[in-house]
Amino acid sequence: MNRHTLSVLVENKPGVLVRIAGLFSRRGFNIDSLAVGPTEHPEISRMTIVVDCADHPLEQVTKQLNKLINVLKIVELEPTASVQRELLLIKVRADLESRSRVLETVTLFRAKVVDVAQDAVTVEATGNRDKLDALIRVLEPFGIKELVQSGMVALGRGGRSITDRALRPVDRVAERSGAGAAP
Amino acid sequence: MTDQTTAAPPGPGLAGTARKGPGPTPRDLAARAASRDAADTHSGPAQPGAAPAPGERPRTDPGPRQDAAHRGDPAPRADAAAGTRMTGASALVRALEKLGVDVVFGIPGGAILPLYDPLFDSPSVRHILVRHEQGAGHAATGYAQVTGRPGVCMATSGPGATNLVTPLSDAYMDSVPVVAITGQVPSSLIGTDGFQEADISGITLPVTKHNFLVTKAEDIARTVAEAFHVASTGRPGPVLVDVAKDALQAETEFRWPPTFDLPGYHPVTRPHSRQVREAARLIAGASRPVLYVGGGVLKAGASQELLELAEMTGIPVVTTLMARGGFPGSHRQNLGMPGMHGTVAAVGALQKSDLLVTLGARFDDRVTGKLDSFAPGAAVVHADIDPAEISKNRRADVPIVGDCREVITELIAAVAAEFQAGHRTDLAAWWSQLDAWRSTYPLGYDEPGDGSLSPQHVIERIGKIAGPDAIYVAGVGQHQMWAAQFISHEKPGHWLNSGGAGTMGYAVPAAMGAKVGNRDACVWAIDGDGCFQMTNQELATCAVEGIPVKIAIINNGNLGMVRQWQTLFYNERYSNTDLDRRAHTLQAAAGPEAGVADDAPRHDPAPSGGGTRIPDFVKLAEAYGCVGLRCEEAGSVDAVIEQAMNINDRPVVVDFIVHRDAMVWPMVAAGTSNDDIVVARNMAPDWDVTE
Repeated sequence: MNRHTLSVLVENKPGVLVRIAGLFSRRGFNIDSLAVGPTEHPEISRMTIVVDCADHPLEQVTKQLNKLINVLKIVELEPTASVQRELLLIKVRADLESRSRVLETVTLFRAKVVDVAQDAVTVEATGNRDKLDALIRVLEPFGIKELVQSGMVALGRGGRSITDRALRPVDRVAERSGAGAAP
Repeated sequence: MTDQTTAAPPGPGLAGTARKGPGPTPRDLAARAASRDAADTHSGPAQPGAAPAPGERPRTDPGPRQDAAHRGDPAPRADAAAGTRMTGASALVRALEKLGVDVVFGIPGGAILPLYDPLFDSPSVRHILVRHEQGAGHAATGYAQVTGRPGVCMATSGPGATNLVTPLSDAYMDSVPVVAITGQVPSSLIGTDGFQEADISGITLPVTKHNFLVTKAEDIARTVAEAFHVASTGRPGPVLVDVAKDALQAETEFRWPPTFDLPGYHPVTRPHSRQVREAARLIAGASRPVLYVGGGVLKAGASQELLELAEMTGIPVVTTLMARGGFPGSHRQNLGMPGMHGTVAAVGALQKSDLLVTLGARFDDRVTGKLDSFAPGAAVVHADIDPAEISKNRRADVPIVGDCREVITELIAAVAAEFQAGHRTDLAAWWSQLDAWRSTYPLGYDEPGDGSLSPQHVIERIGKIAGPDAIYVAGVGQHQMWAAQFISHEKPGHWLNSGGAGTMGYAVPAAMGAKVGNRDACVWAIDGDGCFQMTNQELATCAVEGIPVKIAIINNGNLGMVRQWQTLFYNERYSNTDLDRRAHTLQAAAGPEAGVADDAPRHDPAPSGGGTRIPDFVKLAEAYGCVGLRCEEAGSVDAVIEQAMNINDRPVVVDFIVHRDAMVWPMVAAGTSNDDIVVARNMAPDWDVTE
């Protein structure tokens, strides 16, 4: 088993999310994470779906997804050829005694504090799965009061866009060329 | 005696007595064809349609119209060149007319009432009022399978719509183009648990090719056109359009043809020529090839092309349950049906093959048996219009995505080129092996020893007497398998059954739809007594609407196929398969057998399906306005069938009382390998047999 990241362009219509999620469950595939939001085209939404399965079932799920009338395009984003990020909000116990060590950890991970209370701080971090897992591990001993994570979002590296082709032209699609290297 | 209807008086009732309003006249049909052309070519101004003139008849009151004079006096028709004002309901009816729909099966109700009002006036769309929405769905399926055009069914919201779920699921599994139109509660009530509200688009998500919820009048006509397009192109399938009541009532502009808004729908029909050439190379080089033919060949209308390919290559053909008739059953190269109840020759051919040329088939578990022991030595060429079928169950060495007709046409040319280049493998040894299996293990059956009627004999005789021009519609179970085996299916579109879903109750309503779709054909439903009791209410529809189908009930008083499994795998413990249970109850009341252990076999008191005869199918048929006949012994089978064949003004139901212990053979037990096929009880074939 290994993780695959699928970028799925869909029509921005009611009920599309349930069609996608329903297909996964009835065909026996598990979604690891799913993030969905609008794109530069108002009529198109983009889903980033992380699936944990072998190559053959992945091909099957991709073909089945492609059959959904509301699905416009599916691209698998390879980890090395794409930027993949998740967002983590985590509320950590931080009293007077531990607060400075918590803040030190936050700085080390290039995360930031977005809320402070008497006995806790809320930290925001973005990154790939490994980085966020590491951050959670390090903060664990201080006492995690609650945490929430977004699904993964991802874009392919380089100047090309998966929405360029097969879609109706929209004014905002001004091609922006630029380096695709990681910051 | 192949086509009795030619001798019958013209038009036995299809434009029948109980039909509302003016029947379809030749002129109506011409107009319908013309409007269909207009729709097809997306050309010019629309044809005369069904809409009332603007402003005529305000639609604020959705209640049923009681105005009798109105019936014979259709409203003035207006051309729909550029946006005629009308209600959403009228736009929907108008769209159906433009799409060439001639028949709709349905039942009205609260939420869909606004639609039924303009439907009442349509000159070209005939509505057939069924007795249960499931009947409407299967009738639409039967209609579609016979005509190749989408069948249409209608139901109201809530329970009306949920009653369509089974036939939609059935049509989905067998890839039949069906369009279901359901009423929905007004959009302001959606999500409030309103009266007769059900989320039918949510419910049918997994069993439709696509579905739509329409809440605006201006979207109705376009969506209906899209539904027909999606249902009938690519891999066909059912599409549901759920329309909120307020959208049906609101005013809109009707424009035709509409512009599709389906940016994500691009079915591929042209095969990749490199793949076709690669397939041809394998075909020319294979020494034990088989053409494994599925229902996709029928859907593509590729029977003629298949015949040409088979005859030019000399390759044996197996036709799956869904493909019976796609290749002539009497053809020397047809080895019969593969799978759980396939012939030894067909199953053996697949198992020992070195190349499966798979055309529009999907490696269903009923064909492959235990998948990892299926055709272990075969390379696989797999052509299907649905890319998701390819390599779904069995990995394809040469995948070809495309319409079977185009694929086979290109294959013929590519194989011919291979042959011309001198690449051709001699199949004589392969054929001598196949012929040995075929002659040693032909299909057959034993007559019951007690003189009772054998079900196989009944079905075989119906097939012989009604001939290859009749349409055969089977239910699900033993009788279905016997009808697949013992009727010689010669022509495409003459064998209908519920293959993928296995829907008991399919036969009566599907036969009704088939007869409506092809009124000149003799339509025989071959049904079981279990199946028949699930949907026989549609006999009333057939009688009232003038749809003279013929129903053969293969009555063994049991759920026969389940009973067969209990015989073979559950130690003859017949738990709840006896439809004549009262016999047991009476016996138990008379005094239970003492000392019988719970797991001991419980044999039945009556050896053949005599039993209680509840219900009495002859009386039931008569109660429904049909002719009821009964046959209990072999000597009168032909006479009773002939008698049924000669009744063409009413539906006929023949109750064939048959032996209850007949079994379907050969058999590959579920989950086992095809290599372990059993020819008859405890009898395995000898694969090394020679002629």
